[in-house]
Amino acid sequence: MQRIDAIREIAQKAGQDDALLVCNIGIPCKELYSVCDTPGNFYMLGSMGLASSIGLGLALSLPRRKIIAIDGDGSVLMNLGSLATIATQAPENYLLVIIDNGSYGSTGDQPTATSKGADLSKVAMGAGNRRVCRADSHEELKHILQDNDHGIIVVKVNPGNADAPNINMCPGDILRRFMTGSYQPSD
Amino acid sequence: MVKPLPVDGTSSEAVYQGMKRAGIDFVVSVPCLNLKEVIQMVHRDPDIIHVPVTREEEGVGVCAGAYMGGRRPAMLMQNSGLGNSVNALASLNQLYGIPLVMIMSHRGVEGEPICAQVPMGELTTQLLEILEIPYFLPDSKADAIEKIQVAWKTALEGKKPSAVLLPIPFWR
Repeated sequence: MQRIDAIREIAQKAGQDDALLVCNIGIPCKELYSVCDTPGNFYMLGSMGLASSIGLGLALSLPRRKIIAIDGDGSVLMNLGSLATIATQAPENYLLVIIDNGSYGSTGDQPTATSKGADLSKVAMGAGNRRVCRADSHEELKHILQDNDHGIIVVKVNPGNADAPNINMCPGDILRRFMTGSYQPSD
Repeated sequence: MVKPLPVDGTSSEAVYQGMKRAGIDFVVSVPCLNLKEVIQMVHRDPDIIHVPVTREEEGVGVCAGAYMGGRRPAMLMQNSGLGNSVNALASLNQLYGIPLVMIMSHRGVEGEPICAQVPMGELTTQLLEILEIPYFLPDSKADAIEKIQVAWKTALEGKKPSAVLLPIPFWR
């Protein structure tokens, strides 16, 4: 499975659940933009490492809205403390999906520590998160997404980027569009 | 309802009252000894969501999400954490136009007993200036109540972070 396949599954779940979707910096944002651009997507263009934190702040502030954040292995490794903070708060409307391709895909596919044995699902559990799932195939990801609305999912994918177009919006417009609809509770 | 400040109110009560009057309803914190009582007041307040975080940069992200969810966020922190937050303040808050008030215990200045606090203590205002973050320097408890409200208004209207610096003498 490639990362864009996982992103497509997550975007589909966000659409079905009327969830807000925060997406990690770099090519993952472009891949999400290419498969499903909606006002409920927040494309994080800078601040590497903070997608899971932004998602947590949203989930705590909007308890009646479902929130999903897409993060990456390199980014999570940059902000491991976030996994502990998420465990202390454990909002039931927050699903964090870490797409682990073992590489810094947006900067030339340098290997990350997960390609050498670091296991982010065990790190997430060790940080105190009670609901952590790991998906190693497309089918497993589909089933786990069907069965889980909160907690943390670590999905293993192959390295490599899709040929996705640039996001044709300025940061201020991304934020305004997102916030226009974000106060409504999920159906 | 916001209660009036007691005549003999402490510095911590003044900071808390400033936050309440500014309408702050979401607070992340990284501790400093000087912030101990403010953090307890915030934690006990049922109208404030309090999230202790592991690092200030993480707190910037959590606060950004809170603002996007309709809240008025503030971060209680030591000035040393400004250095941990620089990229996020620039490439998240400044880039998108996201307000945040950083209420900082300003260490490394007059009265500082720990030499390791001095380098960041002396760099703090220069860092804020280069980041184009407006900052406020209350000169009394009553002024802190006022300046925290002005700091939030400045952040909201300017769509950017602002800071309130509370040095060691303020807490005595």
